[in-house]
Amino acid sequence: MTKRILRQIARLVLLLLAVSIVVFVLVSASPIDPVQANVGQAAYLNMSPEKRAALAEYWGTDIPVWERYLNWAGAFLQGDLGTSLRYNAPVAQVISTRATNTLMLMLVAWVVSGVLGFTLGVVAAMKRGSVIDKLVKGYCFVLAATPAFWIGLVFLIVFAVWLGWFPVGFSVPIGKSAADVTMADALHHLVLPALTLSVVGVANIAMHTREKAIDVMESDCIRFARARGLTSWQALRTHGLRNLLLPAITLQFASISEIFGGSVLVEQVFSYPGLGQAAVTAGLGSDVALLAAIAVFSAALVFAGNLIANILYGVVDPRIRRGEGSHV
Amino acid sequence: MSSLTSALSSAVRAVPALHLPRSQRMANRRVLFVSLIVALVALIAIVVAGRVVYDVATATDFSQKNLSPCLDHPFGTDWMGRDMFLRTIAGLSTSVLVGLLAASVSAVAALVLASIAALGGKRADEFVTWLVDLFMGIPHIVLLILISYACGKGFWGVVIAVAVTHWPSLTRVLRAEILQCRESQFVAHAHKLGASRVSIALRHMVPYVFPQFLVGLILLFPHAIMHEAAITFLGFGLSRDMPAIGVILSESMAYLSAGMWWLAVFPGLALIVTVMLFDVAGSSLRRLIDPHSSQE
Repeated sequence: MTKRILRQIARLVLLLLAVSIVVFVLVSASPIDPVQANVGQAAYLNMSPEKRAALAEYWGTDIPVWERYLNWAGAFLQGDLGTSLRYNAPVAQVISTRATNTLMLMLVAWVVSGVLGFTLGVVAAMKRGSVIDKLVKGYCFVLAATPAFWIGLVFLIVFAVWLGWFPVGFSVPIGKSAADVTMADALHHLVLPALTLSVVGVANIAMHTREKAIDVMESDCIRFARARGLTSWQALRTHGLRNLLLPAITLQFASISEIFGGSVLVEQVFSYPGLGQAAVTAGLGSDVALLAAIAVFSAALVFAGNLIANILYGVVDPRIRRGEGSHV
Repeated sequence: MSSLTSALSSAVRAVPALHLPRSQRMANRRVLFVSLIVALVALIAIVVAGRVVYDVATATDFSQKNLSPCLDHPFGTDWMGRDMFLRTIAGLSTSVLVGLLAASVSAVAALVLASIAALGGKRADEFVTWLVDLFMGIPHIVLLILISYACGKGFWGVVIAVAVTHWPSLTRVLRAEILQCRESQFVAHAHKLGASRVSIALRHMVPYVFPQFLVGLILLFPHAIMHEAAITFLGFGLSRDMPAIGVILSESMAYLSAGMWWLAVFPGLALIVTVMLFDVAGSSLRRLIDPHSSQE
């Protein structure tokens, strides 16, 4: 068990290293000249050639990519992520203030979509062929074809503009000093983005659980339980749920990548100051240090989710704990 | 007695169409074939119509601005008097074309990588699996932003980003398919009977994997189209004056609080319908040519 986990961790560290190389190569390959982008067009034109050369040296545009990567990665490991040009602050500070917002948003959406999706999937499977089943299936089919940001826009129109129940954007009321912001304010601003993300996330897990549940309900152990006189719900509770929970949990942890992607879009719609919005600002504004750091951070988040899923697999499933499972 | 008849009738209902009288039977495969054709024709019509109205779609008419949906302008008009219906159609045709390119590039890449993984030995398999894990590790939107930035943003940045990032999931599916086929009895028998590797590949592997490949290709479209719209919505790529669903939706954000809901609702619905057309086409095709799911 411990050996398996250690091997997983080593694998993920290697993957993360590779991600950082890919990210760095991508941002370095950009034809957008960091010197020009950071100084501004007008200032760049008025500059003397010597000044330009000095700046190029300062930004390190004339040293090879791999050497710059080593410098960057070395500083990264020591906690120096560089300076964000757009936010005029250390990258680490920008990320840490925004990560709280994003993680809170993702956590709520993750839990809500997981619980709701699982319940809907089980109910649809138990009532297979009924109206409920058709509704759930239709909902999932349409939702799978719907972009997250469009749902966000529709919620914004309905709940913020027409009904006026929720604010149009941001994570705190406008014009209030940070000290006066209460928990209720923060939650009030969180509802719509979190709802959007949850609604989108439900489709995948509900469809998956429905199919698994249909398989389980047709298995021999359930048939035997029914023959012993249990109702189908009792049989499901005693024999089915554990079998269903395992793949659902794995799927939910594996969907962290999608939830992060969704939060990038949703944050943009609701002007919610999180990592996703910062990533977009950084990408549009050529803020290389911030963009690279957020990319690595999001990949670390995804890999952490995969790792937890793998460990939980061992905890929930005794076959894997004993090392019998071949499908790790 | 009545409970027995109701139980019987529900049992009959549960059994597929075969037990119905001939007049009530739906020819399953014919229905699938028709829905496939209808979906494909509708998609081609969107592309053609989009190209035809492209110039009209960008024409401004300030006497007709900010109209809510009416007979002349079913989707309303925006603040420059552009007809939202025409803009949406033109935008969708761009989306479908970008999706076509992206799905083709990604599907071919997936096929090549999956073949290398499944047939190239243990090292190659480990490497490809690792590569898939690596690219699935970066959230897709973030990867799109990175590649689009690496290409210097602009139209081609978006096209390239969408084209080169959709292979990982299909690679996984195809790799599993090819492995399963390689381990199967009929391939082993063909080998024992002295068939050459080339003839096994052509006569047994290709017919086995091709349906999955084709269906996977079509089902890549929806993802590609939605990602194109998403990255455009965020402001990368397609310029402001080009008709594109992402551009339309991101512009509409500034007018939502003024109550101009039609700017966002209808183009979004049109996008959903387009994506679902591809889903219909893909799943119909799957049931038509894939023996595993033909009885569903």
